Amino acid sequence: MTSAALRSRAWKLLEMVTTPLLPSDYLDLVSPLRAGADLRGRIEAVLPETDDAATVVIRPGRGWRGHTAGQYVRIGVDVDGVRLWRAYSITSPTHRQDGRVTITVKAIPDGKVSNHLVRRARPGTLIQLDQPTGDFVLPQAKPAKVLYLTAGSGITPVMGMLRDIELDDAVMVHCAPQPYDVIFRNELHDLVADKKLRLTEVHTDTDGMLDIGRLDELVPDWAERETWACGPAGLLDAAEEHWTEHGVRERLHTERFRPGIVVAGEGGEVTFSATGRTVDADGATPLLDVGEEAGVLMPSGCRMGICFGCVTPLKAGAVRDLRTGEITEAEPGVLIQTCVSAAAGPCDIER
Amino acid sequence: MTAIDPTAHLTAEQIEELGRELDAIRDEVIAGRGEKDAAYIRKVISAQRKLELVSRGVLLFSIFPPAWLIGTAGLSVAKIMDNMEIGHNILHGQWDWMRDPKIHSTTWEWDHVSPSEQWKHSHNELHHTYTNVIGKDNDLGYGIMRVDEDQRWHPFHLGQPLWNFINACFFEYGIAAYDLELGKNLHKRRRNNPEFRARAKAVGRKIRKQVLKDYVIHPLLSGPSFLPTLAATFTANLVRNIWSHSVIMCGHFPEGVQVFERRSIKGETRGQWYLRQMMGSANISGSRAMHFMTGNLSHQIEHHLFPDLPSNRYAEVAVKVRALFEKYELEYVTGPLPKQVFSAWRKVFRLSLPNRKPKVKTPDREQELVAA
Ligand code: FES
Repeated sequence: MTSAALRSRAWKLLEMVTTPLLPSDYLDLVSPLRAGADLRGRIEAVLPETDDAATVVIRPGRGWRGHTAGQYVRIGVDVDGVRLWRAYSITSPTHRQDGRVTITVKAIPDGKVSNHLVRRARPGTLIQLDQPTGDFVLPQAKPAKVLYLTAGSGITPVMGMLRDIELDDAVMVHCAPQPYDVIFRNELHDLVADKKLRLTEVHTDTDGMLDIGRLDELVPDWAERETWACGPAGLLDAAEEHWTEHGVRERLHTERFRPGIVVAGEGGEVTFSATGRTVDADGATPLLDVGEEAGVLMPSGCRMGICFGCVTPLKAGAVRDLRTGEITEAEPGVLIQTCVSAAAGPCDIER
Repeated sequence: MTAIDPTAHLTAEQIEELGRELDAIRDEVIAGRGEKDAAYIRKVISAQRKLELVSRGVLLFSIFPPAWLIGTAGLSVAKIMDNMEIGHNILHGQWDWMRDPKIHSTTWEWDHVSPSEQWKHSHNELHHTYTNVIGKDNDLGYGIMRVDEDQRWHPFHLGQPLWNFINACFFEYGIAAYDLELGKNLHKRRRNNPEFRARAKAVGRKIRKQVLKDYVIHPLLSGPSFLPTLAATFTANLVRNIWSHSVIMCGHFPEGVQVFERRSIKGETRGQWYLRQMMGSANISGSRAMHFMTGNLSHQIEHHLFPDLPSNRYAEVAVKVRALFEKYELEYVTGPLPKQVFSAWRKVFRLSLPNRKPKVKTPDREQELVAA
């Protein structure tokens, strides 16, 4: 018998010992970061960067496969006891000796996770991790001339790149409200002093928003450069338009942090994606009824919110709890009770 | 529908007002759920796992009587924790709000021969929706006992103290059979129903795994302590079964608890539903350790009003609920465990015999009697 087969036998036996739990349920008690465990990380430090941004140093579990500069990672953090998932760019270089990775988080107004990480997260806390992903990365062959166009926390993936590989000719245009809002400002200026980077800071509080037309004057040869742009949607939309107009769209690489903003309202179009049916729903009819009305096979039980027999994944959009009025937005892994939830805007139910 | 309706003094408006007050209690807890609660259930789960590991470890040496005693006691407590404070409550969705897929009603499996999925249907759905409605809530005597005067007597009931005792000892099997609705489904026609067969198979699989673990694998691992470990696991299961049976009997069977007629729940309002839960359940009083070991089902009344609120909150909710009972002049049935268990058992014995006297003495009938 091969050793793999032996190991799987041994594991089967262990499962018989621990049933109905799994061996991992016990191993997690002592070694949550071991190889073969669900991927997790431990926060080892939270280092302030600016007033509202901090770098979180994470020791990833043994299953971590490593990242490419510019990629992001999804992390699951328990905020007030509720597990919430967000994506953050990795700001540490790939060759960091101690095996830690860092993300740099800017606290956004009302941002549950970002505020928690910047202001309340404590070293020692376990978080959930996904493998790093994203194609906002430099190509294998170093491009000759590069432009980094960033704003606010859009600097983070680019910082990951700057720390990772030294380029011969790199220019950066970075926007932030005030000088002290510029994350990594000292480090950027050190790079400038070492002649590894040319930097233009746009301080939007005094200079106003960056007018993309001004690029000609800030970086005259912008059209010849491979460009990596990251920042708010407005900036990226303008850039995409500008690069397209000049026929060099293929040189522009963008990264958007928030693909879709959920709009919570009263009722909306409900998609039952497994069945492929879409219907209009008002904000007062339980989704269970909406689905049944549309001929979708909906699991149900008590129909009054007590049996949890109707729990179903919410894939997109938002729903309102008819008992408490509480809004739940779609996130991976979010399940709702369809018998007491109504559409709060367009949403997608996995049925 | 017991002789005198203890809610007769309430007007329809009062009942709806009561419902609104209960909703407010619920909302307050939901708004306050957070980190502390999450930490609580995680701590309990981790403590349970450690206790089980250590106890099973000690039982490897159960050939030595002190090891047997300690290991058996530890394993019994671990099994009780698994079923009561952890399993029962997670399967009610009490911790779903944490969005932790490992502590979720849709993924949890417990140390019990009834698979979570089936138990959720018969317990969460049927029992909690139709609490104490004769003919709808099979928990009323589990289909094998008569626990209210209004249930028809049959000579079969003469043996019910014995059935109840056997059921207590093998409670988890009783529950599994009950979740399968075995009595009803063993009829020739239903037996071959593919849906029933699939469920029966799932139970069979679960039983096999549980039995293999408790009575084969762990004893084998103990080597020379094979037999003592076997005896220890059997004892732990017995203790857990009798304990949970006793606690659960206290929830709806003691004297003072009301049952309801099928037609009484037609068009039931939210307030009336709440009122039925209040009158159909009974509590156990006692220390914090007592509440913990019952999985907080000692707060059965609160649990039935708010089955999905985290169990660690029932104690604080109970204070407010009890105040409502007083305000609306309703009887809050509660008492220490021995008293409640005794009361429930007395009922089992009493109702094993046919009713002694006509249960409702309407004035008309009294006159007839006088006339006669
Ligand atoms: S059907 Fe029972 S909770 Fe939704």
